[in-house]
Amino acid sequence: MKNIIDMLHKNNNIYSKKHIFREPNRDITYSDFVLESKAIGTTIYSHINSIHEPVVILIDKSIAALSSMIGTLYSGNYYTILDVKMPEDRMNLILDTLETKLLITDQKHYKLASELNFNGTIVQYEDICHNQIDEKILDNIYRKMIDTDPAYILFTSGSTGIPKGTVVSHRGVISYATWVCEAFNITDQTVFGNQTPFYFSMSVLDIFATMMSGATLYILPKMYFSFPAKLLNCLVENKINTIYWVPSALGIVANLKALDAILPTDIEKVLFAGEVMPTKILNYWRSKLPNALYANLYGPTEVTDICTYYVVNREFSDDESLPIGNACNNCDVILLNEHDQEPAVGEPGELCVRGSFLANGYYKQKEKTAEAFVQNPLQKNYPEIIYRTGDIVKYNSYGELMYLSRKDFQIKHMGYRIELGEIETAIFAIDGVDSCACIYDDEHRWIVLFYQAKDLDNESILAQAKKKLPNYMIPNKMMKIKRMPHNANGKIDRKALKALYKEEN
Amino acid sequence: MEKLIELLEGIKSGVDFRNEKKLVEDGLLDSFDIVEIIAAIDDEFDVEIPVMEVQPEAFNDVESLYALIERLSEE
Repeated sequence: MKNIIDMLHKNNNIYSKKHIFREPNRDITYSDFVLESKAIGTTIYSHINSIHEPVVILIDKSIAALSSMIGTLYSGNYYTILDVKMPEDRMNLILDTLETKLLITDQKHYKLASELNFNGTIVQYEDICHNQIDEKILDNIYRKMIDTDPAYILFTSGSTGIPKGTVVSHRGVISYATWVCEAFNITDQTVFGNQTPFYFSMSVLDIFATMMSGATLYILPKMYFSFPAKLLNCLVENKINTIYWVPSALGIVANLKALDAILPTDIEKVLFAGEVMPTKILNYWRSKLPNALYANLYGPTEVTDICTYYVVNREFSDDESLPIGNACNNCDVILLNEHDQEPAVGEPGELCVRGSFLANGYYKQKEKTAEAFVQNPLQKNYPEIIYRTGDIVKYNSYGELMYLSRKDFQIKHMGYRIELGEIETAIFAIDGVDSCACIYDDEHRWIVLFYQAKDLDNESILAQAKKKLPNYMIPNKMMKIKRMPHNANGKIDRKALKALYKEEN
Repeated sequence: MEKLIELLEGIKSGVDFRNEKKLVEDGLLDSFDIVEIIAAIDDEFDVEIPVMEVQPEAFNDVESLYALIERLSEE
């Protein structure tokens, strides 16, 4: 298997009349999905006339977005999904970085797309999804493709304020999906309930484990996650048995004690990742659905999605943290201390990953790539690249990995990986801001902004910030200070800020 | 009613709660806001909204939410 579309074809041969994807007002069979994707693929190629080019998709998570994604792969190109709620400035930055020639949107977002700083062609999903398929062209493209070719580019925030695009290959996705299906016994009996948006690496599990196993994926609208009764009824009605959600989504159900009212008894597997899982929330789910399998998954976008996992196999008290477990099959992790050596057992080290799950690197960012994707320092005899996650971990007495902290200021907030530096960059750019710095309040999970500005207040800064930053990067707490503290090196003294914050609260 | 509007403005500033009729549909309130609103109503009005009553229709505008609080406090 060299290409993502190989796994789709394999299961289309077996399950052609079965639904591959479903959403509240639409569903689509394997065979119809293949046809729609091929039609879109043919159209994309007719516009771009080459392969290995970026295609940007501006569509909410939906079947339309999925066939645009797979259509892009048929055309021999790779896709980037834009969050339709992302500030326009950020969309323009990503479009600039990619220098893309083609943008696919739908009727609903056509106006937004046409207002972007974009000179290429805009096509509308509704106009192209039934276009004539040219099998000969698609076949020729397929022959030229290899498994290390990019499938998509996923943008995360970068410390300089420029979004960082991780390039993930077909091989990364196929290797990862193979592990998912083995580890969690994903089969044609599986019905996934998708929560994560498609511009987020966790959605890779839902989408591609479905394609690989002949399963069905139900796309749960974002709005349902505000209304647990609606959400749980949807799980029950659609016989959803496997979910892979961020902890905060599981938390909304737990906080309102929604499982006391509606119990989705079909649920067999509850997987989670993206941020630290509060054990209290897990314990509520376990008490209501004691026979389900629960697993804590860990990994950055740069390893496709996940590199270690822990299947919950014992009791945890509410204040105990969950392990991130051990490496996935066909993926290996090593720990490195500050001397690039393996720390003694039980000592902390930076988690590093090797194997086929690894991304190709960052798009147009040679230096950033060289910093994070490095030669394995434990093996110097032949070229071998490992990815340095920047996460500090250690082994517990069970031989399981425990997450300790970030090496730098990068944080995980509401399931997103955020460099506080990017928020600072955006805030600092506001007229009248003299200085600013962010810290993260781990206890409340708040982004705390300190700023120095004579003529601005919290509200005016917030209003500006909302134009520049996605929702999940907006500071949760703001503190205006007269003078930013600096340390001896002239850098902002974050320790002093943390102390100040503690004092004030 | 004024008390409720004040409460909502305290949770989410910059939203016109007095006139907005599609708070949920237009994405003005996200899941974190809803959870916070439910907790605040419990604190301020001493009304616990049961999970089955937490429906999009009740949160789309202030009048509906107020009506729900009134009904629940009578029960």
